[in-house]
This record gives sequence, structure tokens and C-alpha cells, in this order.
Amino acid sequence: MALYNSNRGGIIQIIIGVIFLILIGQLINIQIFSTKYTLAADNNAIYRKIIYPDRGIIYDHKKRALLENTISYDLVVIPNEAKGVDTTTLCEILKISKEEYVKRMIEVIVKNSRVKAGVFEPFLSTELYAQLTENLYRFPGFSLTERSIRSYPYNTAAHVLGYVAEVDVNFLQKHGEEGYEMGDYAGMTGLEKQYEEVLMGQRGVKRFLRDNKGKIQGAFEKGQFDTLAIAGRNLYTGMDVEVQQLAEKLLTNKVGSAVVINPKTGSIIAMASSPGYNPNLLTGSQRRKTIGRLLLDTARPIYNRAIKGQYPPGSTFKPMGALIALDEGLITPSYGYNCFGSYGACGDPRKCEHHNAGHAANLQLALANSCNSYFLQVFRMAIDNPKYHNAKLGYLKWKEYVNSFGLGRKLGIDLPSENKASIPDTARYNKDFGNPKFWNSCYMLTLGIGQDRMTATPLQLANAMALIANEGYYYTPHFVDSVEEEDENDKQILAKYRTKQEVTKISSDIFKIIKEGMHDVTVYGTAAFIKVPGHEYCAKTGTAQNPHGKNHSLFVCFAPKDNPKVAVAVVVENAGFGATWAGPIGGLLMEKYLNDTLTPESKLKADNLSKVDLLPQAIKDWYVRNNKSSYMAPIEYNNDELGDVWDMEMLPGEAIPKIKKADSPLTKVDTAKPTAPVTPPAPPAQPKPNKESHVPQKPKKKKAKTIDNVNRQA
Amino acid sequence: MSTDKLNQNNFSKGTDFAVILLYFIMVAIGILCIFMVEYNPSANWSSSFITGKNNYSKQIYFAIFCAFVGIFILLMDSKVFTALANILYGGGILLMIATFVIGKNINGSKSWIPIAGGFNLQPAEICKIFTALILAKFISRPETDFTKLKNHLIAGAMIALPAILSIAQHEMGLALVYSAFIFAMYREGLPPAILIVLLSFAVLVIATLLLEPTVLAIILTAIAVLFIASMVKRFKKNRNSILIVLSIWAICFGTVRFAVPYIFNNVFECYQSTRIYSMVGKEYDCSANKKSASPSGKSHGKKPDDYNVKQSKIAIGSGGFSGRGFLKGTQTRGKYVPEQHTDFIFTSLGEAFGFIGTAIFLGLYLFFLFRLIRIAERQRSTFSRVYAYSVVGIFFFHIAVNISMTIGLFPVVGIPLPLISYGGSSLLTFTVLVFILLRLDADRQMVLR
Repeated sequence: MALYNSNRGGIIQIIIGVIFLILIGQLINIQIFSTKYTLAADNNAIYRKIIYPDRGIIYDHKKRALLENTISYDLVVIPNEAKGVDTTTLCEILKISKEEYVKRMIEVIVKNSRVKAGVFEPFLSTELYAQLTENLYRFPGFSLTERSIRSYPYNTAAHVLGYVAEVDVNFLQKHGEEGYEMGDYAGMTGLEKQYEEVLMGQRGVKRFLRDNKGKIQGAFEKGQFDTLAIAGRNLYTGMDVEVQQLAEKLLTNKVGSAVVINPKTGSIIAMASSPGYNPNLLTGSQRRKTIGRLLLDTARPIYNRAIKGQYPPGSTFKPMGALIALDEGLITPSYGYNCFGSYGACGDPRKCEHHNAGHAANLQLALANSCNSYFLQVFRMAIDNPKYHNAKLGYLKWKEYVNSFGLGRKLGIDLPSENKASIPDTARYNKDFGNPKFWNSCYMLTLGIGQDRMTATPLQLANAMALIANEGYYYTPHFVDSVEEEDENDKQILAKYRTKQEVTKISSDIFKIIKEGMHDVTVYGTAAFIKVPGHEYCAKTGTAQNPHGKNHSLFVCFAPKDNPKVAVAVVVENAGFGATWAGPIGGLLMEKYLNDTLTPESKLKADNLSKVDLLPQAIKDWYVRNNKSSYMAPIEYNNDELGDVWDMEMLPGEAIPKIKKADSPLTKVDTAKPTAPVTPPAPPAQPKPNKESHVPQKPKKKKAKTIDNVNRQA
Repeated sequence: MSTDKLNQNNFSKGTDFAVILLYFIMVAIGILCIFMVEYNPSANWSSSFITGKNNYSKQIYFAIFCAFVGIFILLMDSKVFTALANILYGGGILLMIATFVIGKNINGSKSWIPIAGGFNLQPAEICKIFTALILAKFISRPETDFTKLKNHLIAGAMIALPAILSIAQHEMGLALVYSAFIFAMYREGLPPAILIVLLSFAVLVIATLLLEPTVLAIILTAIAVLFIASMVKRFKKNRNSILIVLSIWAICFGTVRFAVPYIFNNVFECYQSTRIYSMVGKEYDCSANKKSASPSGKSHGKKPDDYNVKQSKIAIGSGGFSGRGFLKGTQTRGKYVPEQHTDFIFTSLGEAFGFIGTAIFLGLYLFFLFRLIRIAERQRSTFSRVYAYSVVGIFFFHIAVNISMTIGLFPVVGIPLPLISYGGSSLLTFTVLVFILLRLDADRQMVLR
């Protein structure tokens, strides 16, 4: 019988062999050809803990830290271990309800699972920290962990420094390959953003082995794959904390901006934008409360007007207009224009402030007296320059000049989202006036005195002053002079700030005449009453018409006259004459920087100036309308008590621009072409029937609707 | 082997030392694998080997005990096994029935009898030996003509009895093992037609899971029609054969439409149906399951059902070609694979030693099985040969199913890896199986009845 079936042993062997081959085949498949299992295994078992290095610190030119790092504490909890917690006491300490406790616990579990530590209450105040440490034994599963946050010892330069914040999904998508993870912090604005790579340092990674419940079992492979954290590098800026603080103080209760530049290097000494905010309010626990209020305030305190605000430069453009004509050889310094108080060559007469004969007998005089007619004439000469055959080509040449002075283009400052403001393109005029053959210099006449569609940022104006102060060149304005342990990459980035930008071939003699003219402004001209003790200085005031209300008050200057060390541009929105408000601010800033201190009289003046309330009525109206009168309180820059003002929430309104007809010496310009250039700080105002002669302009329909909705909801 | 005629009284006479060597290598590998699973770098592992508190040190004690059992078996008279086969089988069945009364619930199956010292015995496990013995005894009877269907059915009943009892104890895996006796029966004359029918049936069941019932019905009908059409001439001669084809078609159709759904919904537990469905990449709707309707209370908060297989595949797959190294497996250290020291012990080996390790390991097993087949074929006595093939079948079934389920080729059933998995009952059973075979083999010149 055994013989009968003996071949079946072989068949059984074959069956067994085949099955084993199938097993081997599957093993080859999953062990050799699939990599996904290795990845899945690492995801399972290796816990990568990121070690965050300290961020770099930003210093001013005297090595004072504008911002530094401090330790804050978070209350964290491991939900699984939080059993037998004395919730009553905990809720009392944190001032939360039982329901809130349960809610937060669920949030933690959803975010981090039950076995991992999750943040229960971030950024504890010192009192809370003390109370919690004392009572921690009552709260099993809870612990306190350190975290490094920014602090700003001088409470200043919020717009420049920017802030760090938790990265969001968008950020992660944009910076996919740079190793950021959910929950990381990164610079979001200002220098923090611009120099993120330098400041961030290099994060270290520690690998741990964890088990199926997420518990750490110990270092993975004895830490041989771990990398060390390398601290972020420091930035050394050319800023001066005290000048910065003074600038912010002087702009309190006003809307506007001031930029102080060292023309010799292009380093920015101070850059203020008002209204601003205390940067300490955007760190730690205040952040959540503050950010909403800052974003919703119609005065837009978070907006850096120094690089984003677009203002018609008005008379402050006049020196530049003269430079073009001089460089083109259209005029000589002795060129004069016979002005009798208005310019009528283009039909409608344009008003000039002066009537006396000979107030524009030469360039120097015309500058000192700020003669409108003179510079309108000079502008027309540049546009209608016979060299360029027609007005369009003449205009293009003129525009090229203005751009080379740094207007109408981005200067390339080391801050994100700089605005290029506007020197209009010919396309705009083609659209407005048709074929270029048919338009001429008269059509955009007031460009010659910094109006029409011309706008500039305060930074551009300050830079233009540096150009004149240096007699023909400037350095691209920047904050960071050097980086700690500069490497090749940093050198490359900083190289453009270390290269001289030469823009005209005008001889320094001619520049001297411009300077003399601007000096005369400070001697007997519009800024004669503003003095900088111990220094002669040059300046130009500007009173710019704008579609938002009262004239903007502008002031540009540099000092000392013969060896300029500082160039300043100040804009105060809707404040009136340039000499009245922007002028004194510019003077005080120069004095502070050059003398390192203010005289007692100047100090008094500064105090008084800081108290003057020049907030545009439209903004005040908006506050009142939205019950946010508390917003009107100025932001205390040197106050350690933070925050009671900051707990409101509101919805943004939208501005309806309006013009005050009566104030304007150049009414025609604006009314002729009411389409306003894009203007930044739009003070919102509801077009309500008004006793005053406000002319509501082109209310944007969509936006108006949202206002209605808001009001209905309120 | 070569010591045959040296010493008549020495128990080593005729004993196959290759198998004994393989046996000890396997047990040693097993202890090593369990050690890898339990290893904790912070504890002093060298001393904990003898404490008897860890599973690996327990397994050492089991192994020592089993070694003694093995020696004891080798010292026995081989006639004992033929003589006691009936009694042992009867006793085993009684013990299994007794389990329903005095049994202890471990891991959801009430198939354990507590014995002294905190150890538990699983009668279903031991019953495999007894079934092998009684099958051998039945077939080797001179009056048994194993070409007869009647005897096939009797043998089938002997095997099915403990299998059914196992199912009643919720030990699906153990019950399946009894199908391994088909090897021995096939070797002794079970017509291959039966194997083919069973195989076709399996294909039909898998097709039922994979395809829509209507699609499958159409396919079946089409096959039947084609079959009849292609053999029209022969059917003209013999009308009955049409009836046969039609009844086969009806049976298939019934299986697809009624039997398979019935078994999945009424016989299998919900989790078993889910596992089987997940093997073919489909989801099983537990709401259709009648058994799960009874309050089990276990379903709440359970990990997804393919969690085991997923983690097991990750662990084995992450070993790659050469493995992570001894004690360096992250999945093993992190305890990601559930039941890793028992049913999923293969994963620790796969992770630590990679494809090289698993291939060598499977090679060892294959060598072991072929060695047993060689032993089986050299028996003069039918009893020994049937028994040997039963052992081969049981080992092979365990190895194939266990490894298949860890690498995702078979649904998860609780079947240990022979000689490797942690567990006293299992180790003892396989030891006894192997050593009885060795004892019988040593007397291969005798004709046992």
C-alpha cells in the first residue's frame, strides 16, 4: 500500500515548497521592494524633538538691545495623567469656569492626544506662575514649561522690528523645504521677517524612541543622529533708540510718519509711524487681545506708514524738479522767473504764495520762497524739452530722473512689503488725455510742485534728502549694518547696502546752490522759526493737498549744512502747513541726533508737541460712532503697565475720501481730476449730511454696503 | 543514524539527531525572539533570565521541562502509542468537553483548564497529538481500506470532532489546524479529486467575497452552459451527466447565494468576517452579523481591525534587507505589534534580521519539514507514516498560516509559530509531536499496529 501511493510524498513536498516560495515572495516584496514600511516604522517609533535655539538679538548703533529674549511659562497638561485634579482651586487660580476647564481639556486631547503634553494656558503672568508653582502638587498631570519669547526693553520701534508668531498653513506651504513645523514661531513682519534666516539660527533635533502609547523610551541609537541647536545670530543696526523714542513721542496723537537717515551710510537712525503700538503688546499673553484691536482700528496702527504710506510730496519735491532741469542743462542757477503771484501760462492761473517782484529771480531765491510758478515753469521746460521732440518722450525722460532719485520705485530697504508709491506712467495720461500727440506739459502741470498723481513714501523723501545732502549719491536705506559672524551669504545680502548709488552728473557747485536755497528756507524762508542749536541746516517744507481732508504737513531736511550727518523726512497727515507741525518735529529729531540731547527749551517744546492732538476728525468720528473712544487714548510708549485699553473688538470701516475746498491754494488741480491717487491711510468717514463744505467723492459702492451691514449687526 | 547497531539498549539508537538539533535551534531562536520583544535596556536582563518572571525566562523553564518530556518519550516503548491511541483520544475529547464546565477564560476563548502553579492547559492543543495518533491507528488497521469513501468519512469525523469543539470554544485557529490532517489522508489514498473539489470550493468562496453575487451567478451560468455546449455529443449518449452538471451548478449557486453569506453572518464572529473580508480588500458590514448582535461589549474603543496586520507588516517591512540588528528594532522596542511574543513573534525576527534573517529562518523550517517527510517515507509501518505525515501537516499548517498572517496573506487567526512563539502548551504539544515521531522512527524496522 505504501508503494501504491509513494509518489504522493513528492507531491506533498512540492506543495510545501510552493507555499514557502509564496511566503518568500511576499517577504521580498515587503522587506526589499517597499520603502513605505520603513517610513511608517520611523513615524511610529521615532519622536523628533526640535530644540529651539535662542533667536538673535537686534541692537542699535550704541549696542543697546532693541529686543531680546525672555522666558515665559506655559501651563501644560498630559490629559491621561490628570486624574484627581483639584479643579476648583485650579479654576480659581486661572479665573476660569468648570465648563471652560472641560472645554480646554478636550481641546488639548484633540490637538495632542491623551498621552502627550498639550498647552492648557500659555504665557503665564508672574503672579500666576508663582501661585501655580505653590499649588502644583494638587494638579497631577499638570506641569510648567519654559518657552522663549521676545521682549522689547525700550517699548519702541514696533513697525521696524516686526513680530514673531506661530506659523500657519500658508506659511508652511510657502516655506516647505525650510524645516518649519506646525507650532513653530517665525518672523511675520519687519526685520524679524526680513532676517528670519539669520535670527532663527539652526534648530537642533533630538530623536527619541517612543512606544505604542507615545511614551518616551529613551534616546534613539544613543543620540548619534541628534543635531545641536545653533543660536540665532545678532543684528547690529544703525538705529538710535533715543531718537526713535523721541520720533514716536512727537508723533503721538497724530497720524503720520518720520524717517531719520544717516546720509553718509544710508543707515536708518529712526523710523516711526503713528499711530503705532507698544511691541510688548504683541508678545506673550497680551498678543491674543491686542492683535484683533490693532487690525480693526481704522487708524491702522499696525501699518508702517514710513514705507507704505503714499503722500503727495508737495513743495518738498521742488529741489528735485530743479535738479532735473539743471542736469538737463535747461536752466542755470541764475535762471529766474518773473512771478506775480500766479502762473497763467497754461490757461487757468495757478496761485503762488508770493507776489513781490523778484522772489524767484534765481534758483536759490525761488527755492527759499518756494515759488510755485518758478517750479511749474521748470517742470514744463523739462517736459517740453525740444531734445525729445514730444511731450511724451520728454515726460519719460523726466520720469527716469525722478525714479533715479528713488521716487516711484522701491528703494530696496531691508523691510518686507515696501511700497513704491507713484510717479505716474504715461499710460495713465494716455488713458486720461488720449493720444500722446495731443497732450502736453500743461495737462499734468502740478507734478512740478509734487502734486497731481505724484506720491512718495516718507522713506523715499528722506532718501531724496540724503541724495541732496551727499551732492549726487546715496546709499540704499537700510537698518542692518552688520550681522554677527557674517558669512558669504550675509555679505551678499548686505552688499547692496554698502554700494554707493550715483544718480546725477551735476557738479557739486550746483548742488551747493540747491543747498543754499534750502538753507535760506531755514534762515528767512518758511522754516525760519525752526532752529537746531549749534547747527546750520537745510530744509524744505511742504503743504500737500490731498483728497482726505486738511493738507498734509510735510518737512524734509538735512544737517549740518556743510557736512550732513542726518537727513529727515516728516509727514503729519491732515495737519495743515508743513512748517507748523512737521517742521518742528524734524528740527527736534535733528537736534536730538546731532547733539545727543535736547536743550530744556526743546524738551518743553517736544512735550507740548506730543500733547497736540492732530488726529483727523474722520478717525475721531469713527471712534465715536463705533463706541471706541478708548482708542483715542495715545499709546504710552514708556509705560510698563500694559494693556487695559486693548480689549475691544470691532469691525473695520472704510474711508470715503473728502476734500476741503476752501483751504486749498491750488483748488483747481484736484477738482479738475478728482480721481485721487491711491492713498494709504484712509480715515474712514460715513458720508453724513454735513454743515461743512465736505464734498464726498466717489463712494465705493461695495465697501459702502459692508458698512451698512456692520451697522446693522451692531 | 550511524549508531544503529552499536548499542541495542541505548535510547539513542536509531534516533534522528538532525531533527533533535533543528528542534533545539528552533527553541533557542524562539527564546531569543521573545527576549528581543521583552528586552528593556534599563533593567538588568542577564539576571532576569533565571528569575522566571519574564516571558523569556519562563520560556526557558518550559523548554527545560519539554526537554525532559522529550527524553521521557524517547525512553518509552513505541508500542505504547498504538496501544493508547484510542484511550488518549477519548480522554482528550472528554477534557475538551470538560473545558466548557471548568474552563477559564483567556483572551476571550474559554478553552483553558487551570492546573497547578498558575499554568494553564489548553486541551484543544493537546488533542492534536491524540487525533494524529488515532488517525494513524485507524488507517493502519489491516481491515481499513483507505480507498473507500466510508473510511474517508470515518477518518474525517475523527478529525472534525475536536475541530468542532474548538470552534465552540471560540478557537477558530486551532480548529483550522485540524484541516492539516488532509496531508496524511492524501498520502494514504484520499483521491485527488476530493482535493480538487475542495480547492474549487475555496476558489468559489473567495470569488463570492470578491465579486458581486449577480456577476458571479452570470459567470457560473455561463461556465455551465459552455460546458454543456462543448460536450453536446457525450451528453446525448448519457442524459444523466447533464443532471450532474446542473446539480453542480445548483450547488455552486447555492453556495454563493446562501451558504457563504450564512456562514459569514451567522457562524463567524463579526471580527472574523471583517478580517477575512479585509484580506481581499473589502469591508464587512457588521450590522448584518447575527452573532455580533449579542452584547459583547468589546467593540467599544477597539483599535481598527487591521491594526495588527498593519503594524506587523510595518515591523517586518522596516527590517529591510539586512535588518535593524539584534535588539535594535524600533517597532519591537516600542511594542507596536500586539501579541508580539506569541502569534506575531515572527515580526521581531523580521525587523531585527531583515530579509536575510527571515529567508534563513524559513529555510530552516523547510529543511525541518523535508526532513520529517523523509522520515515519514522511510517507515515500514503505516501507523508511523500516517503519524509522521500528520506531524508534517500540523507543523506546515502552523508555519504557513502564522507567517502568512504576519505578512498579510491570510486573515489573523490565533495560531502560534511552532517552537518559536511564547507559550507552554504550544511548546509542549510540538515537543511531544516531534519526540513521539522520533521514538517511532527509532523503531522504524518494527511493524506497529
